[in-house]
This record gives sequence, structure tokens and C-alpha cells, in this order.
Amino acid sequence: MVKIVNSPEGLEGQGFFATSFDKVIGLARANSLWPLPFATSCCGIEFMATMGPNYDLARFGSERMSFSPRQADLLIVAGTISKKLGPVLKKVYDQMAEPKWVLSVGACASSGGIFDTYSVLQGIDHVIPVDVYVPGCPPRPEQIIEGVLKIQELAKNESLRRRDSAEYKKMLESYNIEQQ
Amino acid sequence: MNNPESYIPILIQIGFSIGFVVLALTLSQILGPKKKTKNKLENFECGIVSDGDARFPVSVKYFLSAILFVLFDVEVIFFYPYAVNFKEMGWEGFAAVLTFVGFFLAGFLYVWKKGALEWEK
Repeated sequence: MVKIVNSPEGLEGQGFFATSFDKVIGLARANSLWPLPFATSCCGIEFMATMGPNYDLARFGSERMSFSPRQADLLIVAGTISKKLGPVLKKVYDQMAEPKWVLSVGACASSGGIFDTYSVLQGIDHVIPVDVYVPGCPPRPEQIIEGVLKIQELAKNESLRRRDSAEYKKMLESYNIEQQ
Repeated sequence: MNNPESYIPILIQIGFSIGFVVLALTLSQILGPKKKTKNKLENFECGIVSDGDARFPVSVKYFLSAILFVLFDVEVIFFYPYAVNFKEMGWEGFAAVLTFVGFFLAGFLYVWKKGALEWEK
């Protein structure tokens, strides 16, 4: 069964429909997120199950996995990120298309998890800004889907000017992310 | 009813659909958010700092050992059907295989003498 998303709020009349750019673009972005999986351990296995036919993330418009950051706008970090991998993760984030979102899957990506040691990054938000955290060790595919739906919610309601705001730029600056 | 003019609506529809695709792609290219920082425009090497040029001369030894491996690999593959049919083929088959191996051995001696197998040189 084909399910089509509902049209956003707007002014409707005979033969025309008017709404704001914010809503239309938000709708398009939210329902066509192209994920870039950055899977390093067991959460990655759960992520594979999420993409598989049983859970099928493609139902939500995330049909196309991207293994190059160039055409990806959702970075899914699933697994333990060691400190040595931190700069790599940051570079992948830097090279993604605009606008981009980050989903941190599992306890390790979100906080270091059980690996409270010198070699493991205690949460990827030390390196890149994260939009949604998915708890669990590892989280079930349903939880990952819930996280992606939360990202869709963010994308849908994001103002087009959000990423130009001084607040956002300051946040990027705090992560040492190059800006134009 | 079947005159060429009746196809004009189809032409208009095709023009409209192509026009919409071109317009949507062009507009998103022009209006979409972009960021061209140094980090972003660098080559994508899975996030790892790229080291050197991708195009550099590779020693011919790699190619030689690869192609020699393929040759002898194929030779060994021919032994399997021979082993299965060993009894039926008799002495005649044995002579044929011996000739085949002989040719290969000659080639092997040739590359050996040529020094193709000396890795350190």
C-alpha cells in the first residue's frame, strides 16, 4: 500500500494551494533523508537489521544509503568511537551535504557506554554536534527507527534560517567546524 | 480523430514534465544551502587525511607475479579434469598432458632465467 504524506497547513482553494517555503522544503527534506552509516560495532549490526526487510527503514524515505558523505544528509553513528577515530568522524561530518543531521545510536556513540577508558571518546558530541541520541546497548531496530523519525520531525520543523543564526554559528565554532 | 494534431497534448505534457525536472534541479542547485570550506572540498578518503598522489608508478614486479600466478593457476586447474579421467585417457592422454606441462616448464625456465622471479633486484 502506498502511503503519501499529508500536505502541510496552507491556504487551499479551487485549483490552488499556497503555503510557506519553510513547510514545503521541510516536508521534502524530512521524507528524503539520505543516511550515511558510520557503523563501528554491535550497534552497526542492529542498524543493518533496521535496513533489512523486517524493519525496512526505506519505508520512511531513507531508501538510499550513502557511503560517501557528498550526497548524504543524515550521519548515523552506530558504535564505539575511539579517540583516534574522532578526527575521521569529524572530517566525514565536514564533508557532508548541507543541511545535515546527526543520529547517535547506542550508549557508546552517545556517552562512551561501558568503555570508560583512556582510548574511547566519551560521546561523539565531543567532536560533532548531535541532533538525536538513541539509548540502548545496543538499541533495538524499533528504537533506531524512532530516532530517525525524531530526526524527520526536526527536519520538518526546522526554520530555513536556523543554520544562519548567530547561535548556530557559535555552536559550530565551539566544535571548531570551519565556516564560510 | 487520428490526425497528428491530437498528439499535441502529449507533447505539452512531456515538455511540462521535463521542464519541471530541469527547473527543480536547477533551482535546488542555485537556492540550496552550500558550504565550500577547505575541509569539505578535499578528496574523500573515508575521513582519513590523504597522503600523496593516487597516480604513482608501481613496480612491474607486481604485474609480473600476478600474471605468472594466473598462468600457473590455470595450469593446475587443468590437472583436475585430467585426474578424474586419468584411467580412460591412458598413455596418449599422459603424453598430451606431459607436452602441455613441458611447454609451461619451458616458459617457467625462461622467466626464471630472465630474472622475473627475483623480487629483491
